Amino acid sequence: MNLYEFEAKEILAQYGVPVPDGRVVTSAGDAEAAALELPGHKFAVKAQIMAGGRGLAGGVELAATPSMAGDIAKRLLGRRLVTAQTGAEGEAVERVYVETAVESAKDFFLAVLVDQALAQVVVLGSTAGGVDFEERVKREPGIVERLPVGTDGAIDDTQCDAFLTTLGISGAAAVSARRIIAALIKVFLKTDATLIEVNPLTLTRDGQFCAVDAKMSIDNNALFRHPEFAGLASGTGGDEIEMQAQKDEINLVRLDGNIGVVVNGAGLALATQDMITDAGGHAANFMDIRTTATSLQVARGIGILLADQKVKAILVHIHGGGMTPCDTIAEALALALAWSDRKVPVVTRLAGYNADYARQLLVDRSVPHERCDDIAEAVRTVIARAA
Amino acid sequence: MSILANGTAKLIVQGMTGRSGTFYTDQAMNYGTNVVGGVRPGKGGKQHIGRPIFNTVAEAMAETGANASMVMVPAHNAAAAMIEAIEAEMPLIVCVTERIPVLDMVRVKDALKGSNSELVGGNSQGVLTPGACKIGVMSTADATPGPIGIASRSASLTSEVVANLTQAGLGQSTTVGIGGDPVHGIGFVRCLELFMADEDTQGVVLIGEIGGDEEEQAAAYLKKTRPRKPVISLVVGRHAPAQRRMGHAGTLSVFGSGNAESKNAALKSAGAHVVENVVDVAQAMAAALVPA
Repeated sequence: MNLYEFEAKEILAQYGVPVPDGRVVTSAGDAEAAALELPGHKFAVKAQIMAGGRGLAGGVELAATPSMAGDIAKRLLGRRLVTAQTGAEGEAVERVYVETAVESAKDFFLAVLVDQALAQVVVLGSTAGGVDFEERVKREPGIVERLPVGTDGAIDDTQCDAFLTTLGISGAAAVSARRIIAALIKVFLKTDATLIEVNPLTLTRDGQFCAVDAKMSIDNNALFRHPEFAGLASGTGGDEIEMQAQKDEINLVRLDGNIGVVVNGAGLALATQDMITDAGGHAANFMDIRTTATSLQVARGIGILLADQKVKAILVHIHGGGMTPCDTIAEALALALAWSDRKVPVVTRLAGYNADYARQLLVDRSVPHERCDDIAEAVRTVIARAA
Repeated sequence: MSILANGTAKLIVQGMTGRSGTFYTDQAMNYGTNVVGGVRPGKGGKQHIGRPIFNTVAEAMAETGANASMVMVPAHNAAAAMIEAIEAEMPLIVCVTERIPVLDMVRVKDALKGSNSELVGGNSQGVLTPGACKIGVMSTADATPGPIGIASRSASLTSEVVANLTQAGLGQSTTVGIGGDPVHGIGFVRCLELFMADEDTQGVVLIGEIGGDEEEQAAAYLKKTRPRKPVISLVVGRHAPAQRRMGHAGTLSVFGSGNAESKNAALKSAGAHVVENVVDVAQAMAAALVPA
């Protein structure tokens, strides 16, 4: 689960990480009122969306007066912001965050995450903090320093000194940087985060560090032990349809094409998408049905595709395994088509566990579909039907 | 003719008394796996589906001589179950449980340091040595004994490749699901080491996907060791939009993790036979096995 900036900052502040004073608002009037209350003479007005790349897409603006803050909020609220990380549809701005602008002497990048290969928590730091950090890292991976963290959250003093020295942080600043690093690690472990990213971590002209922007992701698999996140706005944010599918044990990502794709397993889903694209087709979605999904849940997932006007044909590609037999999906397909007023051509390719049984079930229930036993043929057929 | 598990495996199941534990233990026994008992704290001394239940892994090992454990414990207790098995020095631990918190896996990997246990998973479909031993939840419908080893990040894709290989007359020595989670037990490199040392494995299929760096590590290993057995590699997700996260948690990438193009380039330069689509795997293996 990704948190909004204002949620992440609230949590970081609780653990003693310095953040600018700010308020989250949903109207231009409230934005102006918030700026009037805040200390300082200059304000940042920031669209609250999940996607990164916001700064370069016009989602963050500086206001010299409270009334300007209101004007900026008015422009941002209700708009769909398209960034490098969103699809062409962009992401709706429902909230803006108004905060006291911080005068920067120097910007850093600081993050805590799990290094997958080493199976270890690491702190990453760089002197190249700022909006174009991600692009720069791609070109020069060497600009990022690493500091390993023990499973209990401990860091080695000598390694930490070296880490800060390489970042050019010394003296009083080093003392507060250490405190911030310790606090970030503590938040990371306590909240089961998968990522905390502070970019920029700004060193102000008077020598104080301040987390000017923050991104935080919580491990979905650990939410069972974090009831405190249940009430967050993030739980309702993002793509509503994709969230709905999640509740039905389906990982759904909506794409821009016209072929609805129903697949069990992430790997097979990616493989199917590769073949569709290679053959000149365009998938309308990525779907990975989890092994625990029931036919009723899968039927609702297929229903999402049937209701999508973009979807002109559906490919059902299942390799039945020990956990998801083909007949579960066949059952779901029959249900979904019975529920939906909108029908589109359906091409099926069923293999593996209970494939024969599932094929017979589709025939017995008179489910309209074209059966292909070969993947390449199924892909060609569905592309032709969607055209 | 296998790696990790064969007909000599004596399996216990941690979490055997649960619904899926019962179902898959029964399936494993039907396949011929020698299941010698189960572990469920508090139920020691009882019997379940004809096998004795023990309170702890250590007790089960002492009583039965078990040398492998399948972990089917719910996610919130899965790490503790794996750590218990590691501390009891269980030689092979296969964790099928999905959705284990990643920080729990970091602790499990820490417990593995200095241990001789081989951990497979979590979120793995398991280890299958066709005709001899099934430790996991994979489909066995199309699997047949033979000379091809498979290491994979995806269960359904493995079933597809197994079916295609069998159809092409190429049976499998062992199939290993390394698991779809970002932090997991043995990876492609360890599987390659084992397959290269296994005299009955003549070729290896690696089934990778975008995200993480398993494929890059495998490429580095192949480059260094230049094994004589052919390696066919498939990396799926060539056309997945770069910035969107899809499927396995392992595809969540923040830094330096490769796309399909860079993974394929690395594998190719290391001498692997790179195929683009799943339907091409069996044919490529058949061609690679023909002596030049």
